[in-house]
Amino acid sequence: MMISFTTHTGVAVPFPGDDINTDQIAPVQAMRSLKPDYKALLFMRDRRRDDGGEDPDFVLNKPQFRNPGMLVAGHNFGAGSSREAAVWGMLANNIRVIVARSFADIYRENCLQNGLLPIVLASVDAQAFEQRVIAVDGAAPFTVDLMAQRISGPGGPDVAFELPPADRMRLLEGLDDIGLTLKHADEIASWEKRTASEQPWLQTAVDSRA
Amino acid sequence: MPQTLFDKIWEAHGVGRRADGRDLIYIDRHVLHELHAPHAFEQLKNQERPVRRPDLTFSMQDHTVATLPGRNDETNPPGAAFLRAMREGSERHGIRLFDIDDPEQGISHVVAPELGMVLPGATHAVPDSHASTVGGLGALAFGCGTSELAHILATQTMALKRPQRMLVRLEGRLAPHVGAKDVALRLIGELGVAGARGHVVEYAGAAVRAMPIEARMTLCNLNIEMGGRSGFVAPDDSTFSWLAGRPFAPQGAMWERALARWRTLASDEGAAFERECELDCSTLEPQITWGTDPSQVLGISERVPDPGHADAGRRAAMESALAYMGLAPGMPLAGLPVNRVFIGSCTNSRLPDLEAAADVVRGRRVAEGIIAMIVPGSTTVKRAAEALGLDRIFRESGFFWGESGCSMCAGGNGDRGEPGERCVSTTNRNFEHRQGPKVRTHLVSPETAAATALMGRITDVRQLRQG
Ligand code: SF4
Repeated sequence: MMISFTTHTGVAVPFPGDDINTDQIAPVQAMRSLKPDYKALLFMRDRRRDDGGEDPDFVLNKPQFRNPGMLVAGHNFGAGSSREAAVWGMLANNIRVIVARSFADIYRENCLQNGLLPIVLASVDAQAFEQRVIAVDGAAPFTVDLMAQRISGPGGPDVAFELPPADRMRLLEGLDDIGLTLKHADEIASWEKRTASEQPWLQTAVDSRA
Repeated sequence: MPQTLFDKIWEAHGVGRRADGRDLIYIDRHVLHELHAPHAFEQLKNQERPVRRPDLTFSMQDHTVATLPGRNDETNPPGAAFLRAMREGSERHGIRLFDIDDPEQGISHVVAPELGMVLPGATHAVPDSHASTVGGLGALAFGCGTSELAHILATQTMALKRPQRMLVRLEGRLAPHVGAKDVALRLIGELGVAGARGHVVEYAGAAVRAMPIEARMTLCNLNIEMGGRSGFVAPDDSTFSWLAGRPFAPQGAMWERALARWRTLASDEGAAFERECELDCSTLEPQITWGTDPSQVLGISERVPDPGHADAGRRAAMESALAYMGLAPGMPLAGLPVNRVFIGSCTNSRLPDLEAAADVVRGRRVAEGIIAMIVPGSTTVKRAAEALGLDRIFRESGFFWGESGCSMCAGGNGDRGEPGERCVSTTNRNFEHRQGPKVRTHLVSPETAAATALMGRITDVRQLRQG
């Protein structure tokens, strides 16, 4: 069931670079159990050095970013595989907001499905905000208010963002996605009926050898 | 108003518009796999929701299955729980499962078309980003996450925002030993890994028309590597003759009726696309990736680029890719020693891929010390290859001939390289650590992979074939 999103306060982690892919966010090797430790799998590979020890230089290992609340990233965040573990890993670490220059399509969908707010700032604001987050360096948290569509926090004035109204409503109300669609059950049934007569091959998939 | 083929398929599948403004698009065929479906089955169970159309849904075991001959659930121990959960969930909901020992088991994107589950002008969904492979048959396919998977199971629809349209014209005639894989890699190199984000791509042009169906599937498979929402080739006579008689395709009078409809599936003259681009394929040579995403690609005779000459935005990524790959600017890739060669995955594991590789390998031996693997995309492909004696050609030359599955593509079944190894692979992602920790992956065509296995070094297949 969907979790709603109204506001979220937490430390903003600078995560510069484009095309961060889901293999990196949630490595397949970490998904070798039906119920993996989603908290630990997030960026599992990047967190460790070659000898297996923790990499102190990786941003999420730094003391000020141990309890992250949001990521601030570059273009095409979440590219690659459709694995939803790449969103579940964020939630398990209390990352409920990602501010990026842009998102990969499937990843953005997976965010909306799970109450993770994907924000794209206008490009002038984006650069300023990224620099601000770097300068603040985890010293104080930011607050994201989806109702007001504003980010507030240390080091500058509030930053406005905009989410398409439909996505915003879905997050605010925490709507059950399947429930929302099932309100259209009659339309689905009549589509099926019509298609069964107009293009019957679409409505049946039987093994002709059986 | 003239319409694109995408518009026609989209509108024909529009069920309604949701309160949040999304279009409900009916999904004609839904194919699941064991890495993600168990979580969706669990979600439905918790919500006490039934599967709306188990008869239009199929289950595959592909990501976690072992490739060793004589395999069973336990051969790859971490996979066993996934295989069992898939079996239980499929049975509970009455979904036909192609289990690990099924004579038609295989990678979802290979099995669904070869059994005729995918049809021109139909919609298709898989919880996997390479869903658009089946666009090679003129189907509109969407990759999805686990929550969307559960949504499709419960409603047989996807709630989508209408994507934009992009036309990619591939013109010219491909040179010998240059194939769909090379075309797709070059295109990703030109457009970038986010070049088609938000768009459904229609591939058109003389080079596409000349491609056999399997090659069109390779092309459409890689659509996601340039960020495309979906990608397809409008169907034509090659499509129809490829599909005719396949077990799940319509038969007899129904086939004729479907065919009449399918012949209308084309973009209208003058239909508008938000974006258009063209690539002349006649001068293409075999392509190979040098970096850590599929857009970092070059022709086999070219040299590794110099980040110093790139624009500032790309420099850091290039430098880190070079460091990971153990390469220096200006060096040629041809001649570089490799440790491993993998031929397989939903990109390049269909029969013509294996035939092309076998043509290169026939009568020669894999170089000393190289681990070379071939994993057919489905058990059906494997049987067909064996009927042609390809397995003998590969085994005699020193290749491992595996049971079908995803194998080393993402390493979900434990098949992977050792740290630091250089691997030449016919798969689709050269991301860091994807084929194993610290493994350096170069993406290529099956022919280039085969030639490289024989020489133990990255090899231009055209030179090998001349010699
Ligand atoms: S072969 Fe690779 S890309 Fe294709 S479905 Fe399997 S894991 Fe995914």
